[in-house]
Amino acid sequence: MNQFATGGLSDLAIDACGLGKVFGDKVAVRNLTFNVCRGEVFGFLGPNGAGKSTAIKMLLGLVHPSKGQARILGKPIGDVTTRRRIGFLPEHFRFYDWLTPAELLTLHGRLHGMSRAALRQSIPALLDLVGLTPHGEKHLRNFSKGMLQRIGLAQALLNQPELIFLDEPTSGLDPMGRRLVRDIIRAQRDRGATVLVNSHLLGEVEVTCNRVAFIKDGEVVETRALSGGSTAETTVLIRALHLREEIVAGVSRWTAQVRRAEERLILTLPSADVLPDIVRYLADQGADVYEVTPQRFSLEQRFLEIIGSDGGL
Amino acid sequence: MGIWIMAGVTFREAARKKMLWMALAVSGAFIILFGSGLHFQSRDFSARGMNPVLRREISFTMLTMALYAVDLLAVLMTILISADTVSGEIASGTIQAVMTKPVARWQVLLGKWFGFMGMLTAYIALMVGGVNAVARLMTGVTARHLVPGFLLMWMESVVLLSVTFALATYFSTLTSGVLALGLHGLAFLGGWIEQFGAISQTPGAVAVGVISSVLMPSEALWRRAAFEMQSPLANALRISPFSTLSVPSRAMIAYAAFYLLIALAVSIRRFSQRDL
Ligand SMILES: Nc1ncnc2c1ncn2[C@@H]1O[C@H](COP(=O)(O)OP(=O)(O)OP(=O)(O)O)[C@@H](O)[C@H]1O
Ligand SMILES: [Mg+2]
Repeated sequence: MNQFATGGLSDLAIDACGLGKVFGDKVAVRNLTFNVCRGEVFGFLGPNGAGKSTAIKMLLGLVHPSKGQARILGKPIGDVTTRRRIGFLPEHFRFYDWLTPAELLTLHGRLHGMSRAALRQSIPALLDLVGLTPHGEKHLRNFSKGMLQRIGLAQALLNQPELIFLDEPTSGLDPMGRRLVRDIIRAQRDRGATVLVNSHLLGEVEVTCNRVAFIKDGEVVETRALSGGSTAETTVLIRALHLREEIVAGVSRWTAQVRRAEERLILTLPSADVLPDIVRYLADQGADVYEVTPQRFSLEQRFLEIIGSDGGL
Repeated sequence: MGIWIMAGVTFREAARKKMLWMALAVSGAFIILFGSGLHFQSRDFSARGMNPVLRREISFTMLTMALYAVDLLAVLMTILISADTVSGEIASGTIQAVMTKPVARWQVLLGKWFGFMGMLTAYIALMVGGVNAVARLMTGVTARHLVPGFLLMWMESVVLLSVTFALATYFSTLTSGVLALGLHGLAFLGGWIEQFGAISQTPGAVAVGVISSVLMPSEALWRRAAFEMQSPLANALRISPFSTLSVPSRAMIAYAAFYLLIALAVSIRRFSQRDL
């Protein structure tokens, strides 16, 4: 599946250690330490002004860090040749607006060192992918915001990158466009590419990312794995009558995280696999089970908890 | 490779935005205007049966005047077209998608510089060539040392281009343009002070002029160009307002070349280090 050999050097696509950036007396990024494994889809979550875009720009060498260091695909940030393997959709995608989409992609491809012949092959397919084939003759200055975002996305995929940075890829997109972004991210992951996506649409992040980092005031407050089917940690709510203390105590053989409120038990389980055993145990002990509901981990809930009531800003 | 792609983009942008064609149209109008002036003049001179030596001197002065106008146009054109390119792209963010490609920053900057340099070279060659061709056709007069004169005017434009680039890596478009023009204005005034200082034999005033040329050598290059191009008589008599009682030396030309390279180095260094 994975077309990118790591060469045994490093399994980390991004390895950031203590990155910080100060603009004048404004601290944009305080202290950012995190890493992203190869093949992972990693999400940046955080309020406006948390420093997400600045962090991405530092990783790409656009902004020079005030402190800390990072390695991208095993090379220090700012390494020019590594950029051949990187794709980037800036937050506000702007480009020479006197070009047509195909001309823009040709120019970008040539900056990547791709041959004109190879570009003639790949550009029509890319334009088709982002739904811009009908607008191929227009100049970019006549493009709507969403159309610009789409050409920006095509531009980020042009060189079949190993590592893709998408800064708010869905901003300005219609529902079809958002689905397109979702599909593109999935397809890139299946190709073996690593994706770092920065988005405020928690629903999108929830369905596309393997892991997220919550960022507040330029620091990673928490990282959390999202994906996982039955192996990941889950929380379930069990409503049952005749729950005696010793029955509840017996549940501790599966998990230590047990909360009880009247006839409700809230259990955090290492895996959903043990749930049938627990239900069987409760029934055997004489409890009457009325309801077993897995509690979906809510990113939004967590976001609000972490970012807190001060509104983040 | 990156250099030539960026130089090409700069050229194409000028063409697409119709700047190139408009500049050509205006230049054509300029040369036609100059030609008609000379035409009427030479017709009247012939009718009056004027002294050929005097006639030649007047034609020479007309030519120098036209070249002076070309020089001013080239100066303004240089600053106008180049002030926005670096600072404008940083401000609008178009530079972000470019600078995350496998191209070093110095290549992008130099590419743009070469693009503008090419355009300005073509512009100055066209204007100086056109004016001289018309003068030759109408009056039989051409600049005394045409090629050195052209090269000096070209160098003046390249000095200004590099200075504007350096400023644009620090300041916004408008500020860079104002500063570049202001610096040239300083050199311009300094040049005149030097001239009058030489006429009135005031060494202090000459020194002020020389210092202004050290601060910004653009105008000194024009004065040397005028010296190279205008009639030997005008240079000997020292009557022309377009030059050159105090002719900038070869050392000043060497200094201007050095100045140009420093300005370019500063812009590359600053562009490589700044946040985009
Ligand atoms: N060039 C700059 N000069 C000064 N301050 C800056 C600059 N760029 C960013 N900042 C500041 O740094 C902080 C972080 O900005 P950044 O754009 O990284 O936030 P963000 O997390 O991407 O926010 P958003 O979700 O709104 O895009 C902000 O307070 C911003 O004002
Ligand atoms: Mg942002």
